Amino acid sequence: MMRHLRAVLLAVLSALLLSVSLPSMAFDIEAMPTPAEQKRYDALIHELRCMQCQNQSIADSPVGLAEDLRRDVREQIIAGKTDAEIRDSMVKRYGNVILFRPPFEASTAWVWLAPFLLLILGVFVAVRIVRKRASMVAGDDSVVDTDESAR
Amino acid sequence: MSRFLIPAAIFLALAGVLYVAVVHSPNKSTMQSALLGKTVPAFSLPVLGNPGMNLTNTQLAGRPWVLNVWGTWCAACRDEHPVLLDIAKQNVLPLVGLDWKDEDDAALEWLKQLGNPYSVVAVDRDGRTAINFGVYGAPETFFIDADGRVQYRHVGAMTAEVWQREFLSRLPRGVLP
Repeated sequence: MMRHLRAVLLAVLSALLLSVSLPSMAFDIEAMPTPAEQKRYDALIHELRCMQCQNQSIADSPVGLAEDLRRDVREQIIAGKTDAEIRDSMVKRYGNVILFRPPFEASTAWVWLAPFLLLILGVFVAVRIVRKRASMVAGDDSVVDTDESAR
Repeated sequence: MSRFLIPAAIFLALAGVLYVAVVHSPNKSTMQSALLGKTVPAFSLPVLGNPGMNLTNTQLAGRPWVLNVWGTWCAACRDEHPVLLDIAKQNVLPLVGLDWKDEDDAALEWLKQLGNPYSVVAVDRDGRTAINFGVYGAPETFFIDADGRVQYRHVGAMTAEVWQREFLSRLPRGVLP
């Protein structure tokens, strides 16, 4: 009964939260002329950082600068620029920081490599632990075993 | 013993990496301009108070100049204004204003009330030129050399110290007062 009540409460609360947070994104994102262009536009504005707010994309921010950068992306798409050219023009003006996915360069290498290095390290540690345990079981002739079979 | 040593070492290494990353993360005031050493973006903008006239980057070529991005909506711009007035009095570098996403009337009123440190003010009402300069907040101040290249960008309010250290020091010898 208690558990039931808690689940219902949780559901109501999350529904409330969702309904409150959705309309807060009420600033206009301009529509593009064609669906294909719209898709590229949506993708691009989500991978460019709003430089004024740093941890939001220009798609998520209502500030004036984000609006200006969205307009810039929109105009460049309509002018026939490729995604790479548009990203490049942003980096030329604001540096790599504006990209949420920085390019692979000497200064950004560790960002890209660290997860893989940590993964290899994790696998190495796990394998060592499993091997150690396996050898412990194999060489185990303790009394527990005989107890177990005697039961 | 090594059972605890190895995880502890990994923990410390990770903590070290994160510490360095946090300390060196791009901070708004230390982030250098991507335009450093590059030619200023081309612009042609109406002159504040003289809408029939345009200011272009080519008109400014041939000698060093300073671009100050400001707006009447910007609180830190009010803070730095007295410093700009002092700089204008030195009369060594032309101070070009970029009135960013602002109203002309408000900007003219501001200059009338607080004093005008600028040789000329260009109006960037829709913010296109500011984007091309990689501006992300006002005030920002650029030092542009005689070849039209960006040599320095200061983010935030100008101070007498920054002016001395980063701007005047970049002038060719013999020009200094």
